[in-house]
Amino acid sequence: MGPLKFSRKNLGIPYALFMLVFVLFPLVLIVFYAFTDANGHFTISNFTDFFSRSSNLYVLLISFALAVLTTAICLIIAYPVAYILAKSGAKTRNVYLLLFILPMWINFVLRTAAMKELLFALDSIGIYNVTDWYFVNTVIGMVYDYLPFTILPIYTVLIKIDKNVMEASTDLGANGFQTFVRTTLPLSVPGIISAVTMVLLPSTTSYVISDTLGNSKVTIIGKLIENQFNIGTADSWHTGSAISLILLFFIFGTMLLTGKFTENSNTRGSGLW
Amino acid sequence: MADKIIELKKVSKIYDGTAVVDNIDLYIRKGEFVTLLGPSGCGKSTTLRMIAGFEKPDSGEILLNGKDITQIPPYLRPINTVFQRYALFPHLNVYDNIAYGLKLKRVKNVYEDKNGKQVVKYEKISKKVIDEKVSRALKMVDLEEFEKRDVTTLSGGQQQRIAIARAIVNEPEILLLDEPLGALDLKMRQDMQLELKEMHKKLGITFIYVTHDQEEALTMSDTIVVMNDGVIQQIGTPKDIYNEPKNSFVADFIGESNIMSGTIAGDHKVRFIGHVFDMVDDFELHEKVDVVVRPEDIYIVNKDKGQVNGKIISSIFKGIHYEMTFLVGKTEIIIQDTAERMVGEEVSIIIKPEDIHIMKKEYLVNSYDGYITKNNKVAFAEGEFDCDVTKLYPGSHLDEEEYLITADGQRIDLTDTPVKVEVPLDKVEIIDNEEDGNTSGEIISIIYKGDHYQVIIRTPEEEEDFVVDTEYLWNENDKVSVKIKPEDITLKLKVK
Repeated sequence: MGPLKFSRKNLGIPYALFMLVFVLFPLVLIVFYAFTDANGHFTISNFTDFFSRSSNLYVLLISFALAVLTTAICLIIAYPVAYILAKSGAKTRNVYLLLFILPMWINFVLRTAAMKELLFALDSIGIYNVTDWYFVNTVIGMVYDYLPFTILPIYTVLIKIDKNVMEASTDLGANGFQTFVRTTLPLSVPGIISAVTMVLLPSTTSYVISDTLGNSKVTIIGKLIENQFNIGTADSWHTGSAISLILLFFIFGTMLLTGKFTENSNTRGSGLW
Repeated sequence: MADKIIELKKVSKIYDGTAVVDNIDLYIRKGEFVTLLGPSGCGKSTTLRMIAGFEKPDSGEILLNGKDITQIPPYLRPINTVFQRYALFPHLNVYDNIAYGLKLKRVKNVYEDKNGKQVVKYEKISKKVIDEKVSRALKMVDLEEFEKRDVTTLSGGQQQRIAIARAIVNEPEILLLDEPLGALDLKMRQDMQLELKEMHKKLGITFIYVTHDQEEALTMSDTIVVMNDGVIQQIGTPKDIYNEPKNSFVADFIGESNIMSGTIAGDHKVRFIGHVFDMVDDFELHEKVDVVVRPEDIYIVNKDKGQVNGKIISSIFKGIHYEMTFLVGKTEIIIQDTAERMVGEEVSIIIKPEDIHIMKKEYLVNSYDGYITKNNKVAFAEGEFDCDVTKLYPGSHLDEEEYLITADGQRIDLTDTPVKVEVPLDKVEIIDNEEDGNTSGEIISIIYKGDHYQVIIRTPEEEEDFVVDTEYLWNENDKVSVKIKPEDITLKLKVK
């Protein structure tokens, strides 16, 4: 065995340890809690209980509706932005990119609070209704917070597309719109998928936004999990773990679905993330 | 004679203040295989991109079949391009790549309705027709049965074939090829050259090919357009371009060649490397010219048996021939011959009259090889001249001991530094008295140029010539001297 091979193998050890302690072990714990009751006996009642309560199902539905809506709006806003950025000259591009990324550098809770103040300000001049439109509030907050995460992966994919390929498209008789639909859009699918996974998953769980902007009327699944771990009754940790697993299962399902998309689109390379 | 399919009229393209394509006029005939040839940055690709429509000229117009297409976008031009790096659509398979253009096309069909009225419909090409066309195009590039393949899994050569198929399937009037073989290895490139040539014959459409590879251009083209610095240097058949280069750039760029300064010494006679050679071109007596001789056109014979004696100073085996350097005086001449001569051997060379190609030298400036003397003067053409040596290094000055101090404080002794000396034609003063000037010589020619005389003064030993524009009439064979003001002498460091 050469010394290089040996040392390379060793390099992986810290990461393996990290994975073991911070990923695998907690996961095993969650699975253990989810399938046991307060006495440590095996049970699936944590799951059956969850699905038998309509309020829980409602939260699940709201979470996904919110996540899907947020993702969709983010994409609708982010794609043109990323497209314009990718098309513009190097100088202006960097300035605008910075402007869009800048909010990411400001504390997330603070940003959300600021958005709330902004909405209240709009309310005070009579063009918005903070109290009644709590669901809209939450969507606005989420879109605001996750927009940069949508722009970046799409932008990175768009900027990597070979200019010659676009030219080839126009050369073969496609006008600007046809080139976009037939070439640019399919080639940017990996970026869109990265963006979707960047937004869809966190927006089902980031209850800070729904708490701050939803007037506590919007409960998302993340909030539900948090509640379980906070009330501290005998079996609440077990219930919370079960909900976590359910969420994990759904996320995994969406990932598989988007993974299928990537395979179909057959594109080289992928997004930033 | 076939019609002009495309015509560029006074076309210019400017990037950041520099003209990449500078006021060019060019037309291409229907069915021709034309190659735009030149070094990178010569404007050939930009010219092609303007024909394709990716770039708009800053001035001038482009005509297709006599119609102005300057403002028409690329997707409306009946022109297709094969890109340098193929530019295939990575998200589509081979079939969809080739069918891309066909699927977008709308064909004009005329029907008759019930009342016998004609109805014009623009319709998509049917799937069946597209299938047929795609498989025919694939057959053309020898890639049958590749329809379902993913383009990213193909080799460079196969991708290039797909790119060609994708372009020709649309039956364009003109096919543009932008260095399409640049990324392929030598063997594949040579095969593809022949195939492209064959394809051109079969399709009968106009090919405009861009390359920096002169061999490629010579092999494939009907017509070669040599470009440099955004300007067309020469247009001609491969034979013309090779045998009769119009200027030293073309001669140097097309194949290897020896370019030497010469002077016309009489009727069909030219003097260079210290010998008067017979030649076939007709030029005016005493005209300064560039002489081009191809390395393979020089014959080596034993010493004193040829026209000029010299020495072999290097010899490299190149496979088919030896490439040898022959030194005569200070001039190095490259010779290719199948028989090797030893380095150091004294030999003689023979150049046949028909192998001597003469190019007119446009006389804009006198230029000499000189060197800096101990007292910071410049020596050339058998004389010493006052000059400003600080011009050699921007921002430099001389210290008390006459050493040069550069802008960053380096102290340089310029003695014996070789320099290029340039003197404008109208800045040379002719003085009657042989002793008063910096150097002297004999007037060998006087030509009346309408409003002034052009006088040539030749120095006795080195036979350097001063070409002088003057208002005064001098006599031939007069012995005169020459004076030049220091500020009129331009010095350039010779780069080794």
